Amino acid sequence: MFVRPRPTACALARAAFLLLASVSVSAPSHSAEMSARDTSRIVSVGGDVTEILYELGLGDNVVAIDTTSVFPPQIPSEKKSVGYMRALSSEGVLAVRPTLILATDKAGPPEVVAALKASSTPFITIDGPDTPEGVAEKVKQVAAIVGKEEAGETLAQRIRTEFEAAADARKTIAKPIKALFLLSVQSGRALAGGRNTAADAMLALAGAENVVNSFDGYKPLSGEAALALAPDAIIVMKAAPGHRTAEASGPIATEIAAITGLANTPAVKDGRIIEFDGSLMLQFGPRAPQAAHDLMHILYPDLVPTRRIN
Amino acid sequence: MLKPTPAEDLRTHTRSARDRTRSRGLIVLGMAFLLTAFLSLSVGPSGITLLSLPQVIAEVTGYSAGTGGHEALVLLDIRLPRTLLAMYVGAALAVSGAIMQGMFRNPLADPGLIGVSSGAALFAVAMIAFGDAYLPAIKAALGVHALPVAAFVGGLGATALLVGLTNGRRVISTGTLLLAGVALAALASALMGVVAYLSDDRALRDLTLWTLGSLAGASWSKVIGTLPFALVLALLLPRLIRDLNGLLLGEAEAYHLGVNVQRAKMLIVFVTAGAVGAAVAVAGIVGFIGIVTPHIIRLVAGPDHRFLLPASALLGGTLAVAADMVARVAVAPAELPLGIITALIGAPFFLHLVLRRGAHG
Repeated sequence: MFVRPRPTACALARAAFLLLASVSVSAPSHSAEMSARDTSRIVSVGGDVTEILYELGLGDNVVAIDTTSVFPPQIPSEKKSVGYMRALSSEGVLAVRPTLILATDKAGPPEVVAALKASSTPFITIDGPDTPEGVAEKVKQVAAIVGKEEAGETLAQRIRTEFEAAADARKTIAKPIKALFLLSVQSGRALAGGRNTAADAMLALAGAENVVNSFDGYKPLSGEAALALAPDAIIVMKAAPGHRTAEASGPIATEIAAITGLANTPAVKDGRIIEFDGSLMLQFGPRAPQAAHDLMHILYPDLVPTRRIN
Repeated sequence: MLKPTPAEDLRTHTRSARDRTRSRGLIVLGMAFLLTAFLSLSVGPSGITLLSLPQVIAEVTGYSAGTGGHEALVLLDIRLPRTLLAMYVGAALAVSGAIMQGMFRNPLADPGLIGVSSGAALFAVAMIAFGDAYLPAIKAALGVHALPVAAFVGGLGATALLVGLTNGRRVISTGTLLLAGVALAALASALMGVVAYLSDDRALRDLTLWTLGSLAGASWSKVIGTLPFALVLALLLPRLIRDLNGLLLGEAEAYHLGVNVQRAKMLIVFVTAGAVGAAVAVAGIVGFIGIVTPHIIRLVAGPDHRFLLPASALLGGTLAVAADMVARVAVAPAELPLGIITALIGAPFFLHLVLRRGAHG
């Protein structure tokens, strides 16, 4: 019953509501202009996309962002918000009068994305895998769209170089630390990052071994399973910038202590619960090499010196 | 407009001043309904109003070149389908709520009582969580409609299952149906828990958002998809009114008044399941409107279905359109889930109505 109706059916329905009897109606074709792009008013959806735009010097052209765009830190208070990237509103996005919409492939819901693609404003999806080359790829896609190929190439090259530096640092690690990433830990329930997640990719880039290799995605982890996995370090997502070792009596440590089994892992005994900036760790934007370095430094303080790379 | 029924002869008065007041009430509700709809077409984060309509009509009919603006897209392809769907969803939920409350003779009955909402929700969240992995062919074939279709099939399937289970010797016992419906809803919600438990972070967020209800995904194809259900509901309404007014007196009494009770109940169950299934399919779970709208009308005008059903439809549609307007502009350019607003605005208002009535006896 919900078959995609033919365009004529749509047009007829519209015509009927417009009370235009005896007038032939053809649905107007809203096709995106593929010629010289107007980048004066960009809506950026996805933290990685927004950061790339800022790196390319187009921050002032961004008129609205989504709630996952949190860097540079002042932007959530400066720019209009179109809401969570998976719950966009078609008219809301068009209301900021964008000349260009750049969105991560995670943007949704699908019907809203379809409606935006049907508008006269170009809607372009940026995607790349959670790998060093994937980040460079995303940078090049954005750069090509906004006509900043040269700056894009420079930035992509810088990111590659920084990742190579991280790879060199990784080589000095003799024995990888067994780490567990928790997306959230609340009221006795821990959501752990398994295979095929950004967390898994970042742990590998930081020279750690993800102890969760039995499932894909983020899933609840029981205390008993955590005990059996015996992580040496637990990394917990933090919704604010900066990283630190969780205070022994702080809220995170208290939540973890409440899960019997998880509380008895080597990581908790050694006090290696690390709170890490979630957007930095999981978005795989231009700061991904920085994230790998920071995480490596926290896990291997003696081997990897701290280094602010940007 | 409607033929008097035997049930009405039992009433102490026939067409009276009260009936005239009710007709006027329907006219007022109808005007509110239309006014809200026009307002809804004119309100939105982009600031485009119906003042652009002449220009849009000229553009669409080819009398003038497009201005390159978004007026036509926003008015015709975003707000119009959205408003029409909100009208349908609100009206279908409210009428179905009234019908359910009438059939079960239970003021707490809501449109989801016959399993349709739970079944729809279960199938929808299963599609969100497992569609890509296990049903790629279906997802590819249906595209953005995979979710509404799954919800609709689940809703109707659950109702069919419920009727099949409780339909002893072709007799639907409303008591059994009510209890079995509650049990089935509990089972569906447990299965939804299983789906949530097995799904990843992305699917978890999507299914949470879906269960909060939203009309952000409104489109012409969904309007066309719900049209048959709106028509069937409108055509069968007069018939249902007679049967429901009979059932108000009790099943035995209704039978003696010439109501084919079993057939009426079958019709009621499946018409409601179709109407609510389509509403849930296009909007997700929108609470409150279905259970409360009929009560508001009853508090004001009594239980006669001749007035209750059309008035519920108009008021339900008005409430849904108004709530959707709030959803669009409250946090513009972002969007609020519709289900949150219907409950946030509706519940306190209803409480006030009930308590005020309590004070007057």
